Amino acid sequence: MSKTLYDKIWQSHLINEQDDGTSLIYIDRHLVHEVTSPQAFEGLRLSNRKVNSPKRTLAVADHNVPTLDRGLGIKEEDSRIQVEELDKNVEEFQIPYFNMNDTRQGIVHVIGPEQGFTQPGMTIVCGDSHTATHGAFGSLAFGIGTSEVEHVLATQTLIQKKAMNMLININGNLDKIVTSKDLILYIIGKIGTAGGTGCVIEYSGNALRDMSMESRMTICNMSIEAGARAGMIAPDDITFNYLYEKPMAPKNEDWDKAVSWWKTLPSDSGAKFDKIVDIDATKVTQTITWGTSPEEIVSIDGTVPNPDKISDEVKQNKIKRSIEYMGLTPGQKISDVEINTVFIGSCTNSRIEDIRSAAKIIKGKKVSSYVKALVVPGSGLVKKQAEEEGLDVIFKHAGFEWREPGCSMCLAMNSDKLNEGDRCASTSNRNFEGRQGKGGRTHLVSPEIAAASAITGKLTDPRNVT
Amino acid sequence: MEKFSTFKGIAAPFNILNVDTDKIIPKQFLTTIKRTGLGKHVFDEMRYKKDGSENPNFVLNQKPYDKSNILIAGDNFGCGSSREHAPWALKDFGIKCIISTSFADIFYNNSFKNGLLPIMVTKDERDALLEDAKDKENPEIEIDLENQEIRRPNGGKIKFKIDPFRKKCLLEGLDDIGLTELHENKIKSFEESRSTKHPWL
Repeated sequence: MSKTLYDKIWQSHLINEQDDGTSLIYIDRHLVHEVTSPQAFEGLRLSNRKVNSPKRTLAVADHNVPTLDRGLGIKEEDSRIQVEELDKNVEEFQIPYFNMNDTRQGIVHVIGPEQGFTQPGMTIVCGDSHTATHGAFGSLAFGIGTSEVEHVLATQTLIQKKAMNMLININGNLDKIVTSKDLILYIIGKIGTAGGTGCVIEYSGNALRDMSMESRMTICNMSIEAGARAGMIAPDDITFNYLYEKPMAPKNEDWDKAVSWWKTLPSDSGAKFDKIVDIDATKVTQTITWGTSPEEIVSIDGTVPNPDKISDEVKQNKIKRSIEYMGLTPGQKISDVEINTVFIGSCTNSRIEDIRSAAKIIKGKKVSSYVKALVVPGSGLVKKQAEEEGLDVIFKHAGFEWREPGCSMCLAMNSDKLNEGDRCASTSNRNFEGRQGKGGRTHLVSPEIAAASAITGKLTDPRNVT
Repeated sequence: MEKFSTFKGIAAPFNILNVDTDKIIPKQFLTTIKRTGLGKHVFDEMRYKKDGSENPNFVLNQKPYDKSNILIAGDNFGCGSSREHAPWALKDFGIKCIISTSFADIFYNNSFKNGLLPIMVTKDERDALLEDAKDKENPEIEIDLENQEIRRPNGGKIKFKIDPFRKKCLLEGLDDIGLTELHENKIKSFEESRSTKHPWL
């Protein structure tokens, strides 16, 4: 029988299935960070359990590490305790760990792929909803809660039920100016933040085949914003080339064996999907968010919606509330909206390609006098690479701050946050009320639009910056 | 985990669309290393004014809803971040059951692991329960998991579906890890055959 990529991975990891479909599946890789793990390790200690497979686990501190003056340690007491707790737990349970001062440290979803810890055909979990990122390699990767983190640590398995198969077909070619961030925001706008609930999304189409791994990761990363626990893209030569010679990727004979197995993973022709969504690539424009939900999108040349035109009362109220919180007016041109902060970073857009694209626009320009702009590379290795290419100099000359790697202002758990009323063009993934700081306003954008907006001080189409 | 038994409790009307877990428990409270004590911060930004005093317009600050055990919620409740701090905070506040038309997957899963029952009903049923909850004089609803039944203040009943395994775990207060460990041999042999076939894994 024809199978989807998801079916194949699911079946090859199935250990036990009950009559009602409740299944026990094997987990190949587990990424651990400081925020969602302390209670899980505490649970292990209380029940006198060990970590089943430390070698399949990789830990890193990313959510609340400082991005400035790291040598001084963490100033905020709670954050410091949480990171120290992780230091202690990885030592006690013998888990491989990139500590805050290791060059390989970075955002958990940047370092997994970078190290080759992430590979096609695997099941990968982490106590973080953006684990879907790793699906770009043709793996089944999803976020879990802390109780599940404890379950995986103790047993290297998870109790799950199979989700539905959803296919998002991107037909035709994207305009050259359109990035993978624009595409995923456009898709979320189309299907809504609950559009993928109960599903694993497979993205397909020629437009994806031409995309780099970095771009594919941006797409899979935001699957959770469309309600899906996981997003995946079938592996191909671009995937294999990315992984080749990565530190934790298979080597020599194992590499050859792995590649021939990986080639069998893509969905069979005729495989059955429970839901299919077709996207016309030629209609996708440069897309950003105007509101406080990732589905509240607008084209960079568009306007803020008018809630009076929406008949459903609950939806109308939500849009009114978003407009009020965002300090906008219905019908306002989005390119007239002034910003005072720019954040280039997060597990969505902090990889070398993102930093290069932004640098290209910034080169020789100056950040607007009233804008505070930061670049937070996704990992120490991304930062090093960018510095070798001289990109840090371009940013610093323009007036950007060049920071140390971490999650930073995406969720503002460290001291990088918006103040009340600040408005940010952010390359991150969530524009919820208060996400980047209480009272802060977030517009989700591509690195290109973030860079252009830093220069003009308004939400700006990069083509208008010359 | 504590066993989930039939209870009658105050239901609060909470008809907001796409309530995300950042809204349920904002990031500044995620630096804890404990599971308890988050109840006072649940819905922090809606619940408290800038000066730290309670916002009287927020439903869970109003009587009788300040003692709610049940939320009648808007569509797609619990979307966004995977933080289990969301069910911990709700539970710590006293919420034992949330009724909505739909839940985000990770939140739904996390709830069961903490003895918090998410119930999915149709839109009409949810809307009827919202009306029940709005009656401040008599907002009590009874939740009977054993019989998969919600009993309304007017004596009406709403049946609901639930996965049998999750139901059993809640009713008996079973620990997932303990259950999985019963499959230890199967896990071991799976691991061994995998190591032979794909040694690099």
